[in-house]
Amino acid sequence: MSRKLLSLLAAASLLISAQVSADTTLLNVSYDPTRELYQDFNAAFARYWKSKSSETVSIKQSHGGSGKQARAVIDGLEADVVTLALAYDIDALHDKAKLIPADWQKRLPHNASPYTSTVVFLVRKGNPKAIRDWNDLVKPGISVITPNPKTSGGARWNYLAAYAYALKQPGGNDATAKEFLKKLFGNVKVLDTGARGSTTTFVEREIGDVLLAWENEAYLAIRELGPEKFEIVTPSLSILAEPPVSVVDKVVDKHGTRKVAEAYLEYLYSPEGQEIAGKHYYRPIDKKIAAKYAKQYAPVKLVTIDDTFGGWQKAQKIHFEDGGTFDQIYQPGK
Amino acid sequence: MTAAVALHIASPTRSASTDEPVVVRWLLIALALSFLTLFLFVPLATVFYEALRKGVGVYFNALQEEDALSAIRLTLIAAAISVPANLVFGVAAAWAIAKFEFRGKSLLITLIDLPFAVSPVISGLIYVLLFGAQGWFGPWLQAHDIRIIFAVPGIVLATTFVTFPFVARELIPLMQAQGSDDEEAAVILGASGWQTLWRVTLPNVKWGLLYGVILCNARAMGEFGAVSVVSGHIRGMTNTMPLHVEILYNEYNFAAAFAVASVLALLALVTLAAKTFVEWHFGHENRTNIQEQET
Repeated sequence: MSRKLLSLLAAASLLISAQVSADTTLLNVSYDPTRELYQDFNAAFARYWKSKSSETVSIKQSHGGSGKQARAVIDGLEADVVTLALAYDIDALHDKAKLIPADWQKRLPHNASPYTSTVVFLVRKGNPKAIRDWNDLVKPGISVITPNPKTSGGARWNYLAAYAYALKQPGGNDATAKEFLKKLFGNVKVLDTGARGSTTTFVEREIGDVLLAWENEAYLAIRELGPEKFEIVTPSLSILAEPPVSVVDKVVDKHGTRKVAEAYLEYLYSPEGQEIAGKHYYRPIDKKIAAKYAKQYAPVKLVTIDDTFGGWQKAQKIHFEDGGTFDQIYQPGK
Repeated sequence: MTAAVALHIASPTRSASTDEPVVVRWLLIALALSFLTLFLFVPLATVFYEALRKGVGVYFNALQEEDALSAIRLTLIAAAISVPANLVFGVAAAWAIAKFEFRGKSLLITLIDLPFAVSPVISGLIYVLLFGAQGWFGPWLQAHDIRIIFAVPGIVLATTFVTFPFVARELIPLMQAQGSDDEEAAVILGASGWQTLWRVTLPNVKWGLLYGVILCNARAMGEFGAVSVVSGHIRGMTNTMPLHVEILYNEYNFAAAFAVASVLALLALVTLAAKTFVEWHFGHENRTNIQEQET
């Protein structure tokens, strides 16, 4: 019996060690809708790195709700790079665990965001509920699907986009915006933890009339599941979402992977990286490549987090902390 | 324990006919069967239907994909470590509880049941709080470059925790029912403790033990919640089969998701077949024992 046990253990440890192979391995901890983007980009970067340094690099991926992923890195998930949905979640790596310096967002161009996106609506084919803009979402009888702003980065962008819309209406102020969001979340039937979960709820389980989604996520859903089922509605106003990236200093220094990790993120800004972002319906920041992909998006007026909400730290404190605006307007089951 | 109860009900000593009219009996049977069809057979058939919908080629390609293989491997590793560990623990605990009197016995029994009582997500979080970078042992582990959470050891720990009670829970009532007469006889005849365990105690409980191991294994391979918390979801490294199914499904890769799910379902069916076989044997042996005692 005990010999059997020993041989089992030995076999198990052999299997574990067999998993370690390629020269260098990077772990990219990312948020939900970037799966397809990084699948393509990782292959492109591995080719580029092989030709440049003749080193083989393999990139491992982990995806989930942005806030949840940041929490995992803080708890010890050894990410060489993080590519999350919003700056606040990466700030947490500094605030809670000192894994990166405070000025991490200054280390790469454009607030360390190599691509941007925005929030759009995905509705069922033919738009049976005639949803055109944010004010249609608060009408009685409309069922809205969005993830939980407590755990999902995308959901926070959704929330803030709606808030910004309400603020910019004639006579709009914080009180009216709060009232508007209260009505909107009154229409929310399912709060998933991440953007991809919400998309699955809407497209697969066929719950809800409208999904608030990342622009790229909405286009991807249409591409994967067919334009005969869904269509995209771009509201009159939305928010410029900047999903930033960073090397995790403490981890790359421990792994000795700083050079390749930095090159990996810089390559996101290269023409090839920007092309891949465009192909996956992100908005490239490179002007020339952005122009090439511009016709795939409808024109929309975009507000920024800095101008409208005074930056992520402030927005997080006012809206998403315990007891913040979101907690005040949303009571589950009501 | 459940097995023992089920055996009493199913035992042939009870008369086959009842006073209920035939209509009622058929109605009950029809009700049970339609319920089973609706909630068990149809979903199970759907898994295989969806998995094979795009053809056998797609099905086998999905299973040969590197990440899928790694998920299958990790699931087997987790089961291969946690099941033997719980086997050893279960036998030791059941032996101690059934054959000896000591202080704190009821406390030990309660503790064994703990993993049944707490939600699997909480069991996962316990390990994050203990071994996470911000947890109690986090700084020490980091200083010594030992990875537990978001690596294979964490997954094994979480699996072991949630499958902890299966073997012990199966053995305790059985051993208690058997009493310690056989062991006492063995000791009087000059057997050592070790010999008593191997030659007397274990053979007496071997079918119950096997039954517990099978249940333990089924849960170890299927566990989602606790493993999800400690996994970190790194593709090709820390994804077990249930986690991999979720990932594939979320990537609109339905055929592959159902292909991996079908392997899990097959493992469950094999487990079920093994369980039925053991139950049958177990019951058979018990009955002959009882008959022997009666005659």
